[in-house]
Amino acid sequence: MRDIQVSAITETVARLSQEANYYLPEDVLDALKKARRDEEAPRAQKVLDMILRNSEIAEEKQIALCQDTGTTVLFLEMGQDVHLVGGDLPSALAEGVRQGYKEGFLRNSLVAQPFSSRINTGDNTPPIVHTDIVSGEGLKITILPKGGGCENMSRLSILRPGDGKKGIIDFTLRTIEESGGNPCPPLIVGVGVGGTAEHVMHMAKKSLLRKVGEHNPDQEVADLEEELLGLVNASGIGPQAWGGRSTALAVNIETHPTHITSLPVGVNLQCHSARSKTAEL
Amino acid sequence: MIKNITTPLTDEALADLNVGDEVLLTGVIYTARDAAHRRVLEAVKQGEEPPIDLKGQIIYYTGPTPPRPGQIIGSAGPTTAYRMDPFTPKMLDLGTKAIVGKGGRSKEVRDAFVSHKAVYFGAIGGSGALLSGSIKKVDIVAYEDLGTEAIRRLEVEDFPVIVVNDIYGNDLLEQGRAEWKRAVPS
Repeated sequence: MRDIQVSAITETVARLSQEANYYLPEDVLDALKKARRDEEAPRAQKVLDMILRNSEIAEEKQIALCQDTGTTVLFLEMGQDVHLVGGDLPSALAEGVRQGYKEGFLRNSLVAQPFSSRINTGDNTPPIVHTDIVSGEGLKITILPKGGGCENMSRLSILRPGDGKKGIIDFTLRTIEESGGNPCPPLIVGVGVGGTAEHVMHMAKKSLLRKVGEHNPDQEVADLEEELLGLVNASGIGPQAWGGRSTALAVNIETHPTHITSLPVGVNLQCHSARSKTAEL
Repeated sequence: MIKNITTPLTDEALADLNVGDEVLLTGVIYTARDAAHRRVLEAVKQGEEPPIDLKGQIIYYTGPTPPRPGQIIGSAGPTTAYRMDPFTPKMLDLGTKAIVGKGGRSKEVRDAFVSHKAVYFGAIGGSGALLSGSIKKVDIVAYEDLGTEAIRRLEVEDFPVIVVNDIYGNDLLEQGRAEWKRAVPS
């Protein structure tokens, strides 16, 4: 059994909030540079140049990569032998977001009541928290500040089992084509397949944390990722949907066993400002 | 070719813009997004004057991050424009002549750009750190309680945009996709 002070969790979340919003992960930067090298459309080349320049300026000036600093989504992997002391976990996480967004000059983008008064919560809380209990004594925290533009283009469909692979491809492509420039391509496309309605969306979101270029370990799924990426990049949508080859940097698929009647498919799109950051306590 | 446009906008300048043109904007633009649009149009519905005179103006869909001490504005890139589609024809009725945002517009809004001889510019979504460098002065002019969604008067210099919808009914998203779509064996 290992004790972890919740104050350390607060400090970590505050730091991750800022770092994630100023610095793009290396794998995302590399993928954007590769997209720039491979891009054939002159306008798209300029867009990618500006996106890359933007990341340099954000780092240099310690200013948010994008003004939409997102809903703060937190993924926790907590060892079952961890004992949290000094306070409760939800408050510690929320306090981390509160401090990080204030001290980092990040935008408060959440409203409390979603359908009428829509008054800003003033501190970007509450975060959305997903916790996996795992073996051991570790605690891993990953932050994914998720912008509204891409999150709003999420889609869920419960296909018929007979729709199979083609059904997954058609639904994913349709989601991307109908989204156009709204989710800020070039995208990372997160796809969940199987499980239940809520679990398939969770898998789609979680797949966005995978490093760009890494594939699902199941070869059949990895092949589908490659096939879909090829189809997405043949769409012509391009960066900002102004035409081009680089519509997506990656397609990440996660699967789960599902009911004999079901073939759930969830799509969660990630904009090119694919911000995430992990720390282990 | 890059075109330089200085506000106030003239009909001649707008007539000279074609889909896909790269433009550097210099002068005054006003920020407004979801909540500010609702308030402006609610005020007009009640028979009140809007808080700013929209005649000939450019509206920029953005909600910036707060400035650090010594800065005038934080990151300030465009937000997704389709959310303002229900409000846009009325904003054009009030005299707005150009909009800056990201993403495509509805058929109804595109038709309204043509009938009002107004232009929709795209700025690059997710480049707010870069774009904020073109913003030289910031004043909140209405709805301060809305925070990031307040209406701000921005003085900009060489603010980079592209013509997405011109006054002739052309659409960059349609054209771009048609030009770069690749046939795939089915």
